[in-house]
Amino acid sequence: MDVLGIVQIIVELAAVLLLVRPVGGYLVGVFFKERSRLDALFGPIERGLYWAIGVDPSEEMGVGRYVLSLLLVNGLMIVIVMLILITQGYLPLNPTAAANMPIDLAFNTAASFMTNTNWQSYAGETQVSYLSQMICITFLMFTSAATGMAVGVAFIRGFASRDQRPGFREITGIGNFYFDFVRALTRVLVPFAIIVSILLLVQGVPQTLGGPLSYHTVEGSISTLYRGPVASLESIKHLGTNGGGFFAQNSAYPFENPTPLTNVIEIVAMLIIPISLLYAFGVMTGNTKEGRILIGTLTTIFIVLLSIGLLAESSNPALSNLAVNQSSGNLEGKEVRFGTENSVMFIVSTTSTGTGSVNSMIDSYTAIGGAVPLFLLMIGSLFAGDGSGLLTVLMYVILAVFIAGLMVGRSPQYLGRKIESKEVKLTFLAFLVHPILILGFTAAGIIFATSSLLNPGSHGFTEMLYAFSSAAANNGSAFAGLSANTPFLNYTLGITMLLGRYITFPLMLLVSDSFLRKKTTPYDAGTFRTDKWIFGLILIGVIVILGALTFFPVLVLGPLGEALL
Amino acid sequence: MDNQKWFSGALLAEALKESIRKLDPRSLIANPVMFVVEVGFLYTLILTISAAIAGNGQPVFIGEISGILLITVLFSTFSEAIAEGRGKAQAESLKKTKKEVTANKVVGDQIVEVNGHDLVKGDVVIVSAGEVIPNDGEVIKGRGAVDESAITGESAPVIRESGGDFSSVTGGTTLLSDELTIRITANPGESFLDKMIALVEGASRQKTPNEIALTIVLAGLTWIFLLVIVTLNALAGYSGVLVSTTILIALLVCLIPTTIGGLLSAIGIAGMDRVTQFNVIAKSGKAVEAAGDINTLILDKTGTITIGNRLAEEFIPLGDKTSGEVTKAAFLASARDETPEGRSIVDLAKKLMPDLVAPEISEVIDFSAETKMSGVDLADGSEIRKGAFDVMSAYVTYVPGGFKEVVDGISRKGATPLVVSIDHDPIGVIHLKDTVKPGMRDRLHELKSMGIRTVMVTGDNRLTAATIAAEAGVDDYVPESKPEDKINIVQAEQAAGKLVAMTGDGTNDAPALAQADVGLAMNSGTQAAKEAANMVDLDSDPSKLIAVVSIGKQLLMTRGAITTFSIVNDVAKYFAIIPAIFAAAIPEANKLNIMALSSPNSAILSAVIFNALIIPALIPLAMRGVKYKPSDASTILLRNIAIYGVGGLIVPFIAIKAIDVIITGLHLV
Repeated sequence: MDVLGIVQIIVELAAVLLLVRPVGGYLVGVFFKERSRLDALFGPIERGLYWAIGVDPSEEMGVGRYVLSLLLVNGLMIVIVMLILITQGYLPLNPTAAANMPIDLAFNTAASFMTNTNWQSYAGETQVSYLSQMICITFLMFTSAATGMAVGVAFIRGFASRDQRPGFREITGIGNFYFDFVRALTRVLVPFAIIVSILLLVQGVPQTLGGPLSYHTVEGSISTLYRGPVASLESIKHLGTNGGGFFAQNSAYPFENPTPLTNVIEIVAMLIIPISLLYAFGVMTGNTKEGRILIGTLTTIFIVLLSIGLLAESSNPALSNLAVNQSSGNLEGKEVRFGTENSVMFIVSTTSTGTGSVNSMIDSYTAIGGAVPLFLLMIGSLFAGDGSGLLTVLMYVILAVFIAGLMVGRSPQYLGRKIESKEVKLTFLAFLVHPILILGFTAAGIIFATSSLLNPGSHGFTEMLYAFSSAAANNGSAFAGLSANTPFLNYTLGITMLLGRYITFPLMLLVSDSFLRKKTTPYDAGTFRTDKWIFGLILIGVIVILGALTFFPVLVLGPLGEALL
Repeated sequence: MDNQKWFSGALLAEALKESIRKLDPRSLIANPVMFVVEVGFLYTLILTISAAIAGNGQPVFIGEISGILLITVLFSTFSEAIAEGRGKAQAESLKKTKKEVTANKVVGDQIVEVNGHDLVKGDVVIVSAGEVIPNDGEVIKGRGAVDESAITGESAPVIRESGGDFSSVTGGTTLLSDELTIRITANPGESFLDKMIALVEGASRQKTPNEIALTIVLAGLTWIFLLVIVTLNALAGYSGVLVSTTILIALLVCLIPTTIGGLLSAIGIAGMDRVTQFNVIAKSGKAVEAAGDINTLILDKTGTITIGNRLAEEFIPLGDKTSGEVTKAAFLASARDETPEGRSIVDLAKKLMPDLVAPEISEVIDFSAETKMSGVDLADGSEIRKGAFDVMSAYVTYVPGGFKEVVDGISRKGATPLVVSIDHDPIGVIHLKDTVKPGMRDRLHELKSMGIRTVMVTGDNRLTAATIAAEAGVDDYVPESKPEDKINIVQAEQAAGKLVAMTGDGTNDAPALAQADVGLAMNSGTQAAKEAANMVDLDSDPSKLIAVVSIGKQLLMTRGAITTFSIVNDVAKYFAIIPAIFAAAIPEANKLNIMALSSPNSAILSAVIFNALIIPALIPLAMRGVKYKPSDASTILLRNIAIYGVGGLIVPFIAIKAIDVIITGLHLV
């Protein structure tokens, strides 16, 4: 094990945890406070946008109209993006001469980027034009993240404290989609992305509209060096928990992630917004401990799984009988400039959020090393995507409170509000979506798309299972080893991504709305507290046990079976 | 009924019969988990028969699985039947009091003999001494002693009279003296007794809100595991594994939360039953559940916190009066006072001055809420009165020196001062001592540790109230309050988001009893109070409210504990079944067989047997509820997690291994 690598991991985690408070506070200001000093800067832009869309951002929408507006905006973008992709060959800004995309691939790509999944069945360098990279890919990276954040923010409103605090906007409902969506773009994603882009540019990530370069290799042959507007994509790719790379090799490619420092920047960028939103959630409940316990709990699971991953990747059991120096760990499929430690850290971070970018090939990980990201996807990606992640986390919280809350001898209450049949029903429906998609579609895939698998046996099974777990969790990371660009997989994965995102949203927003309307009971000594470490332990139990119980058989068929070989 | 009786022979036989009746899928569908098990049983039964006919496969093994599934469902219906059986036994004894009675119905100016069952609401009947009161009603004329032991078990007769708070009578009770004219207030089959019988029998049982929500969670888990099972063959087919339908069903039944699914309704019934054993009738399971959620208890001082009967402690003369004078005045004022307080004054006076003789009285002045004083007018025309300081200070002609000091001095001790006067001349003050019930302080302290706020309501002045409040350890008190004020206190607490429980007996308590989340009416109270409340205490002991809260908490805790236990059990069952399923095609999967079970079939059978046996093993727990010591939520949670969470993880590993050893030893597989 490389001490420096471990130190780097600690630095990364510490950086995120240090940034959570200021960034979380900033997010509270953006979405929930009356006024801010930044109004002078962003106000005119936002008013212009509202005017252009023709909406009144102060109007309370209610769940129905909120979700309809969201679906309308997202649906429209999917259509536009598909149109561009299937005609990109005729459109300008196409120095790589990318051809028109077939409709199944265009559907998959549009669904993938609109749902913040960023599953890539295409190869970035050759199959999309620069116009598509910017309008379809980079643009959707912003709007999909903003959509997720809007939902997360709306969701928070239902759980917010009822006390009217000075300086805070009054909460009368779950809010207005356009207000949340526009502010997420203007005040969070765009400015943050500019900062991160500059940092990446400094480290050598290219940003150009110039076409690919050809050069003579030392062997005398001619090779092509692809480049393009990478830095602008790379920043939002992580900040927006998107993950889709400019290049097929994603963050393993030196132009996307050239140095160990960019590796740190990218890891911090992908973790910061989902975790800060949990902090903002705590602030809004009126008790920051509510948020801190959630962050602490999920970070604990993160560290445990990271440790398992690091241990698994510290050597390759297949080579243990050979005279090979394995002191640098299982380096197959990993970049030497990151080493084992920072490859595993990157993979665990990317699957603990909705990002899905990779800086190493998971297909080449040991069975257990690969099971770690797979398990993270199965439990819904821990912190999950910007905003949308809150819904996943709270789904587990509500189930944990319901089951364990009874044990203190009161009917279950969360934040002073009773969890009753309606909330349980909606939450469980949302909870069912994920296993249905993963198990149902993996079963279909393993029967109808066997030819897409590059490996036989358990490993091949894992490749398919991973793809649908990734799509259902709207993560987008690929295990690799699966030829995903077939009409069957393009459509089934596309549908998985759409259902994985758009069914959960209305269900969980209804839960939030229901909480918004509930009577609040003040805390006393008999209250089941969710701001104590013991609740953190229960939550870990619920996440791990529910995840393990649902997916244990497929894990045995996949990575566990492989590990036992 | 004591706790050990649940396995008495007759009860057991009846429950066994009932549990078979409950197998009817039409009624079982209300319990989605057990319904799935029953479907699994029928399916495996068909598989067994077809395997036996075709002569291939493993008819014995499939038959064993099928049989265990049937037993699993039976255990569940049995637990419900046995819980209901206990209620039924209680209902039987109540039914005996519902004998045929003939009633003397007043029709116009005639009296007609009719069957008691034919009386409807509004009919007027006359009941004479020795007769059974035919149905619930309101006394509209007369006064008499009624034996209510049939309902309350309390043998001392109670006085029922027209007007006021003691006018309601219950059908099935017996009039011991005098004659009462009663207006019937219930239609046949709707009397208090009828309702009680239905309640304890469980006939009118509906699922409580929390039970419904929990059933949704259990149904949700069942869906997840159905999905796991349905997709398993498609997924495993890739690895060349084909799992037989029998094993899939076995796995499904092991994974779905059968333990809590099987015991859920028994837990609810048993909770209500525990309330009934306390001689409290809860009108719905919802009320018992709400009792667990209570944040604030509103307690009457008198009768709940203090013994109720204040006893004379000493007589203090005022001004230039002597102690002999005050003793005599107090004796005269109470000569016809039949209340315990009055009796204690006479007793103390006679002890101090044994030669006192009963005076000649021309008129008795009873205490009333308006005048707040009582006494007698003597034959010689002198007016002897006693009463509270505020009314008496207005009544007397002058205020002697040190009057207020004496009164306050008594109040400060938490006692009640009663001023005695003769012909508007203040003679002295009677010190009536109020005693906090033994053990009350500890119980109130327990409530506090559970986070429950207690508010004491009393008609006493602030000083007296404060002293008793401090002595008993209540969190808050409302002095000088009238019964009508209770509703304001209830509403104020509810406005702060709290759930409130209270007791009451008078008609003017009724609105507050209805408003409170848990209202416990005293059986001695008025019909209006009993109608408004959602629980009735047959012994009329208001301090039982505390016990009811504990039972509510215990009910919810038991539900949570067994749910947790049920879910974490799955871990061990997986480790038994998964290696067994995959062992043939993926030999390495046997490394997951950490319990070293002897064979795949034995592993599956052991898991299914454990799954079935755990239900009856937990029936006693479901019946008596999980043990708990009153303390704060964290302590209770930690304890329950340790026992039912961690325990639930470990126990099945040991038990499944043990079952495997036994069935292998017996060559059952």
